[in-house]
This record gives sequence, structure tokens and C-alpha cells, in this order.
Amino acid sequence: MNAAPSAIRFDEVTLGYGRHPAVHHLSGEFPAGSLTAVVGPNGAGKSTLLKGIVGTLRPLEGHIRLHLPAQASVAYLPQAAEIDRTFPLSVYDLVSMGLWSRSGVLGGIGRGDRTRIEDALAAVGLTGFERRPIGTLSGGQMQRTLFARLLLQDAALILLDEPFTAIDAKTTADLLDLVRRWHTESRTVVAVLHDIDVVRRVFPETLLIARESVAWGTTAQVLSAENLLKARQMVEAYDPHASACHRSAA
Amino acid sequence: MYASLIGPFAEFEFMQRALVGVIAIALGGGPVGVFLMLRRMSLTGDAMAHAILPGAAIGYLFAGLSLPAMTIGGLAAGVIVAVAAGLVSRFTALKEDASLAAFYLLSLALGVTIVSLRGSNVDLLHVLFGTVLALDDNTLLLLAAISTITVMALAVLYRPLVLECVDPIFLRSVSRAGTPTHLAFLGLVVLNLVGGFHALGTLLAVGMMMLPAAAARFWASDITAMMIGSIVIGMLSGLGGLLLSFHLELPAGPAVILTAGGAYVFSLMFGREGGLLWLMWPGKHLEA
Repeated sequence: MNAAPSAIRFDEVTLGYGRHPAVHHLSGEFPAGSLTAVVGPNGAGKSTLLKGIVGTLRPLEGHIRLHLPAQASVAYLPQAAEIDRTFPLSVYDLVSMGLWSRSGVLGGIGRGDRTRIEDALAAVGLTGFERRPIGTLSGGQMQRTLFARLLLQDAALILLDEPFTAIDAKTTADLLDLVRRWHTESRTVVAVLHDIDVVRRVFPETLLIARESVAWGTTAQVLSAENLLKARQMVEAYDPHASACHRSAA
Repeated sequence: MYASLIGPFAEFEFMQRALVGVIAIALGGGPVGVFLMLRRMSLTGDAMAHAILPGAAIGYLFAGLSLPAMTIGGLAAGVIVAVAAGLVSRFTALKEDASLAAFYLLSLALGVTIVSLRGSNVDLLHVLFGTVLALDDNTLLLLAAISTITVMALAVLYRPLVLECVDPIFLRSVSRAGTPTHLAFLGLVVLNLVGGFHALGTLLAVGMMMLPAAAARFWASDITAMMIGSIVIGMLSGLGGLLLSFHLELPAGPAVILTAGGAYVFSLMFGREGGLLWLMWPGKHLEA
């Protein structure tokens, strides 16, 4: 692809549930410092791909290799619906959990950390929301809160799963500024997205996926009419009696 | 005033012991109950309380009403049922609540049968409803030790425990503490139930966990305040229940739980955070 060393490398990776593949024989790499959108129809395996990178889902076959600086962490923002918003916790407390890699289970949160938490809240425009219970936030405010936590995680690799779904234009624009900032700081960012316009405007690289990789490279080339049509025609093939796949794992 | 509120405790040693016992139980049980509630495991606590019975009963079968035998038996049975229910729900189609219900019914029937094999109905009542007015030194030490261990363990586990409730996926992405934390927490639940069992019996022990926690939910919107609230409500219920039983000659254990139940109903009606009264008359809306 290009000369930069890879941050994530896939070798013939198949990810799935039970023995049924959701991502089928994927090979390729996300270069270090790249800003990549993952695009594809529903059921194309986009979220599954991120779970594979984070390590919550083991590949059925093949290898995913992360090449990160020794101390660096991975920050992962799953689809927001999976957070228990009824839990009595304040915005400040939720954001401060981004410091986990530094503070761990027992470490204290010092004065310097407090300044960083306040800075992160300011960066997402939530100054003054510190004491608000997370249950009282709107969808957009919740997403801002989670981005503040991502800021604090200070990770070399940032994975976002549909971060702007059901989020209004203003909030999306604000949060995209943070994504751009991460890119200029040479962090590797991989985001699952639906809005093709946002992808064209902000993301230099794109992986178009429909269970198998349809196209992977610079956004302008990947998002051709021809490729998009191909991805749309993906069969939602769940065959309960499928036979074993015999494609060679090179 | 003095005669009715302080007098019983100044005069009778068994009342002092009972008070120390319920205060220790409230201190450990309240926060554990808050986490059970927030993790939607309230009924798990109930089921595990029943699960302790056959273990304690086997201890009783071998050694009579002996503190160490019944404690060890109860702890073992609680841990076995917690692990077994977890395994059944993980590897079969049965959900955890259903498998817990199955295990606890089995445990209750088995426990009552074992106690009846050897003992009288008085012993059975002792096991089922406890003897809060007859706590000896060793039992008090056990209760104090359990509440000390619980408070310290919760301080250590606090962060992963909260995070595992709010955002388990985030916790998994930053740490492997999730599963050990969950197991340690289940251990704390069993420990507190066994402690409560000695004073209140298997059927009521869970009451000092869940009732103060559920009541505190109506007064606090923050988990720290909720835990402190549950401890205070638990202790006041213990005090009030003992006085009630002394003056009205009610059985002490049920009186304590009834008082905690009264605190829950009061909170449900008048609690500032979502109590019925505030839902019906919320007051005029604000500017912003």
C-alpha cells in the first residue's frame, strides 16, 4: 500500500460466530498513522472486524497482528447502545475512566489528571456538565462524553464503531474535528461509518467490506460507483447447513 | 424517652449484642446490596441466600448448632451454587435466573429435610429465621470480621465493579479484571449472606442487603451516596427493629426486616429521587 509500517496486519483472517463467518478471508493492513473508514452494508462484518482487532472475538482462522509501541493502548468505542445509562454515575466519573491505563484498579487521580479531565471535557464542549448523571444526557451529549474518555485514553490506535449514527450535524462536525486532530497526532484511526459524504471529506483511506474485502485503498478509488454496487449486491448468506470452507489459508 | 429508646440497651446485654450484630450486618450488607441491585442481581442474592441452607444444615447434622461448622457449610454451599448456576447458564440454553431458581428450590427443600432429620422444629426455626437475640462472642467477631473484609474488598474492587456494570465492553478493552472482579463480588455476597444467616436466618438474611439498598435508591442519584444511604438505613432499621421487638414482644429478626421494609415503603413514597410523591406532584418546571 504505502511505505509506512503497518499498525494492524490481517493474514487470511476469518471472524465469525459459531462456525459461520462474518468476515471471510480478509488480508491487508492499516498503516501506522492512517485514517481509515470501514464502509459496507448492514451485516457486512464491520463491527465484527473491530471486535477482532480489540481481541474480544478470536479469529476462526488466520492472524491479526498489532504493531504498536510497547506502552501504547488501544481505545475502542463500541456502539453506544451497550452502555447502561441507568447506572448512577456522573459525566466526570465516566470520563475519568479513560485514565485506566495510567491509574489501573487502585491508582489515585492526581491534580494533573484532574486538569486533563477538565481539558478533555472542554475539548468536546461539555464544560459545566461534570456533575450531571449520565442518565440525563441526550444522545449527542453522551457521544461527546465518550469522545472525552477516548481523548484521555491517549491511545496509539483508536477504533470507532458507527460513532455518528443518530448524531446531529453540529455534534458530528465537532467530533470529526477531534478525529482529524488524532490523525495529525499520527494516531491510527479506524472508524466504521455509514455516511459516504463524511468518508469522502475526512477519511483519506477506505476499506469497503461485504463479508469479504470489496476494495481497500485510497477513498476516491475505493468508493467508485462500480465498487459500491458490488458491495450492495452482497448476499446476506446465512446458510445453516453450509459446508466447511476449503479455501486455503495461505 | 430514655426508658424506651436507650433503656433496653443499657439494661440488657443481649440487646447490646443484638445491636452490635445488626450494625455489623448493615455495614457490609448495604453496599453489597447496592451493587447487587445496580447489577440487576437482586434475585440472585435471594436465590443464593436459600442456597446456603443445605450447607449450613449439613454442618448442623455433624456438629449441631456450631458456629464454625455451619459457617463453613454455608460458605461451601453458596459458592457451589453460584458457580453451578453460572456454568449452567453459560453452557446451556437456560438463562441464569431460571437456573438459579431451580437451584434454590432444590437447596431449600434439601436443607429443610436435612435439619429435620436430626433436629426439632425449634432448631429448624433457628436455622430459617436466626437468633439475633442470642449472639455469642464468636458470632459477633465473625460478623465484625465479615463487614470489615467486605468494606475493604469493595474499596479495592470499586473501580472495576462499577465499570463492569456501566460499560463491560470498555472494561474488557482496557483490563482483564472483569471476571476476577465478578467472582470476588459473588464471594462477598456469599460471605455477607452467611454472616446475616447467623443473626437473621437463611430466609431473612438477604433482607438486610436488598431492602436498605432499594430504599437508598430513592434518595441518591450517585453511587457513593447510595452506598452510604444504604448503610445508614440498614443501621437505623436494625435499631428500630430491635426496639420494636423489645417493646411489643415481637420476634426480633422479622421485626428488623419489617422495619427495613417500612423504610423501603417510606422511601418509595417520599424519596427525592423518583419517589411516588414527587412523580405525582413534580412541581412547576424550571427555566433551564
